[in-house]
Amino acid sequence: MSDREDPIEPPYLYPDYVGTRLRAPAKPLVRLPTGFHDFPAPLFPRPVADLDHDLTRQHGGEPIGERIIVTGRVVDSDGRPVRNTIVEVWQANAAGRYVDQDDQHPAPLDPNFSGGGRCLTDDQGRYRFTTVKPGAYPWKNHRNAWRPAHIHFSLLGNHFRSRLVTQMYFPGDPLMARDPILQSIPDARGRERLVSCFDPEATVPEWALAYRWDIVLRGREATPFEKET
Amino acid sequence: MSGPLTPSQTVGPFFGVGLPFEAGEQVVDPGSDGAIRIEGQVLDGSGDPVPDALVEVAPPDGKGFGRCRTDVEGAFHFVTVKPGIVKGPSGETQAPHLNITVFARGLLRHLVTRMYFPEDMNANDPVLGLVPPERRPTLIARNDHGVFRFDIRLQGDQETVFFAI
Repeated sequence: MSDREDPIEPPYLYPDYVGTRLRAPAKPLVRLPTGFHDFPAPLFPRPVADLDHDLTRQHGGEPIGERIIVTGRVVDSDGRPVRNTIVEVWQANAAGRYVDQDDQHPAPLDPNFSGGGRCLTDDQGRYRFTTVKPGAYPWKNHRNAWRPAHIHFSLLGNHFRSRLVTQMYFPGDPLMARDPILQSIPDARGRERLVSCFDPEATVPEWALAYRWDIVLRGREATPFEKET
Repeated sequence: MSGPLTPSQTVGPFFGVGLPFEAGEQVVDPGSDGAIRIEGQVLDGSGDPVPDALVEVAPPDGKGFGRCRTDVEGAFHFVTVKPGIVKGPSGETQAPHLNITVFARGLLRHLVTRMYFPEDMNANDPVLGLVPPERRPTLIARNDHGVFRFDIRLQGDQETVFFAI
């Protein structure tokens, strides 16, 4: 099965998402024999500070918005934890505005919120961020287009094939059904993978609600057994 | 927990607060022995620059990592070292190359390509051998007065060869 037929992954060309039309490759991807992409992922070359996981403590005051905890496990496709791997996140503020000179949405910036964070997974593959719930925002893909609230995630994982950049959504958001970026994923199970769940266990009473979102990364293509034969 | 993989989504246009890091384009210090400079441009299917792409570079042994956001001209650059030959999964000799990964608004999944070096042992490379001959030049950098020039064309007649992951 070629990657283009993989129902879990979005295609490169998805015309409803206008940005794909001139950027999706038109020629077939070249598939290499098993193992040519089996090599270690690079290590993230910068230190991760203790407070990098807390997006609410990067300025003098607290950001406006609904304080939330986002937590989960990173595992490979065999269910093994992916330990000590970098997880990078970025997001809009509670009003739906990014700290980016190209973001022209007329919603307020928050002087106490930049929207970027990172952490390393622990020995069970767990990560944890404290942030505020991002707002939805309009984009110009089609008339009255709005992105559902989301947090961007980037992971390196253990192997070159593990590299993943994706987006986490929030349960029950009515904008998800109208979002061509999420709907580009053909299979409903794939789309459901990107929706976090409300996690009452991880909620901190009198302080923050919590959402859980687990991430499954590609592992090596060839098993060690196959490599030995 | 396992089962279906977590699918990819676009990096979008606003990753500036999340992904770039200081001197990310310097895999090695510019003054170090063997440092080389790579320059390129990311272009779309109309031949226009892609000013909001993120390009990552890693040698095939995973020892080293660079990340560079394209500018308004779609331009990126790296300072790194030329890797040596590496073995393929069955012991094949692969010519020196760098793995290049591209993210951008409009790319629902990242793209993976390779940058080979000019005037090298590319004729016997097992991966280049799988690429139609007329498309191989898209994978080989040009030596432009000591700078290795490698443009990435996402779509069109001169489209860069990308590999399925």
